[in-house]
Amino acid sequence: MAELLQFVFSGLTVGAIYALVALGFTLIYKASDIINFAQGEFVMLGGMITVFAAQAGLPLPVAALLAIFLTTAVGLALHRFAVAPARGATPVALIMITIGASIFLRGVAQIVFDKRFHSLPSLFGGDPIKIGGAAILPQSLVVLASASIIVLVLWLFIDRTMLGKAVIATAANRLAARLIGVDTRSIVDFSFAVSAAIGAIAGILITPIALTSYDAGTLLALKGFAAAMLGGIGSAPGAVVGGLMIGMIEALSAGYISSNYKDAVAFLIILVVLIFIPQGLFGRAKVERV
Amino acid sequence: MRALLETRLLPAIAVAAIVIVLPWFFPSMFYYRIGTLVFIYALAVVGLNLLMGFAGQVSLGHAGFLGIGAYSVAIGPTYLGMPSWLSLFAGAALSGIVAFLVGRPILRLKGHYLAVATLGFGLLVAIVLSNEAGWTGGPDGMTVPKLTLFDWSVRGSDTWYWIACATCVLGFVLALNLMHSPTGRSLQAIHDSEIASLVLGVDVASKKLTIFIISAIYASVAGSYLALFNGHVTPDVAGFLRSIELVAMVVLGGMGSIVGSLVGAIVLVVLPQVLTVFHEYEQALLGLIVMVFMIFLRRGIVPSLVAMLKGWRK
Repeated sequence: MAELLQFVFSGLTVGAIYALVALGFTLIYKASDIINFAQGEFVMLGGMITVFAAQAGLPLPVAALLAIFLTTAVGLALHRFAVAPARGATPVALIMITIGASIFLRGVAQIVFDKRFHSLPSLFGGDPIKIGGAAILPQSLVVLASASIIVLVLWLFIDRTMLGKAVIATAANRLAARLIGVDTRSIVDFSFAVSAAIGAIAGILITPIALTSYDAGTLLALKGFAAAMLGGIGSAPGAVVGGLMIGMIEALSAGYISSNYKDAVAFLIILVVLIFIPQGLFGRAKVERV
Repeated sequence: MRALLETRLLPAIAVAAIVIVLPWFFPSMFYYRIGTLVFIYALAVVGLNLLMGFAGQVSLGHAGFLGIGAYSVAIGPTYLGMPSWLSLFAGAALSGIVAFLVGRPILRLKGHYLAVATLGFGLLVAIVLSNEAGWTGGPDGMTVPKLTLFDWSVRGSDTWYWIACATCVLGFVLALNLMHSPTGRSLQAIHDSEIASLVLGVDVASKKLTIFIISAIYASVAGSYLALFNGHVTPDVAGFLRSIELVAMVVLGGMGSIVGSLVGAIVLVVLPQVLTVFHEYEQALLGLIVMVFMIFLRRGIVPSLVAMLKGWRK
């Protein structure tokens, strides 16, 4: 029982990070129909900038804020200088641009920072807390709490503010949104900025547990994308559930089956789910009009 | 001359002319090596282009088939006593069967869902290859015995250049013929509108499956060549980044353009070699160039240039 509890906690922690990355995918997809494969690099930048700013002598909270600010700027720049100029290109071409951007950001991180692994001190020390026989790192609780807060704030924001309504309008029908006076370009700008910020926060949160390096983003983007698709692309609850599910499946299969095959089990389950529910768990089936 | 220019074999003829003339200008063996890699990748890319450019189906896991082909020529001769050439065909057959089994359920998925399903498939292959160390040597990979054809041991980059070149041209010609066959035309119809082609009586599911199997075989043969040429193989050959690289070659060269497949392979094989001059700036520059190409030649290099030329002539 203690063992199961241990696996569940580690699964939830990793899953929360996947969920945040998946939310980033979802936000940008909602606003612009683009799958942004540079999403993982936002996570990497969040972690790496914090590490190096802290090494340069900044206090940790200031370093973290700086990292979120800079990553948000990178997200905005990605839209303004790479995605927006290619407006009207096919979805595959747009995806290629974001893949190019992710290679570019990895390359820049390699030059500006270095190729080593880095960690951050966790917020409440490294002594594990015992719950029902399972040892839980305080940082795991920080991750879970922060992820919950981000999801809640994002939901309140989208549901309760004018800007949020504009995002929903843009997602529903871009042309109609423009007709009623929504500046859809700024909405897409905004979605890139928020996705980048969420990614950066995820990176800062996970670095004390999982370490970070210039190429940490690829795997996270892959898992986040898979989580978003498992939940049903464009569905925010789907992204959260998908992320947590993949985290849990990985932790449980690493614990009970084989840690070498944890990714294999995760993707096998994704394949099976998609074969039976082709639009993902929470996605709406697309009806093609002829 | 005009009739010759209009013929569907024009791209193949142009390519053949270039590759025969090119070696005269090669200053060293290294250039043969790069040329060989270009042809091998172009073969895989043409197969993927049939799937993506003509049938409109995305695959983010095509390196999985590259991996099956590569490990076939490694495992066949080493453990099963099969000659390399037979292993190559066995690998191609295996890839076809795997594509059939995997393709049947997942080709019903659309767009990004198909992308994630194929991505999952590619990862599964890579994970199996790096974990079944008893057969594959694990993450360090294994040595691939040299290709021997009737007592003739194939060695040297210049020999491989011609073999890869011939196979690549053959692959191009087959692809061109396929495009202009009834199957090719129904595939293009599927690309334009799946429902419309269904209404017109195209067996959409079986056509998609056919092209998926064909593209898997292209990738498998390319993978076998890659392994035989390098003499060594690691699970990276089936990795996610390799799949992305193949897709990048298709999109960069131009979806639906056979010549584009070669151009895409040239750009992404040669460019990293050129960029090594810039040492640590290599990756950043590569990313930047991919972005710039896609922003300014968004339909891919070849189709965009063709459109430009046509506009200019008018």
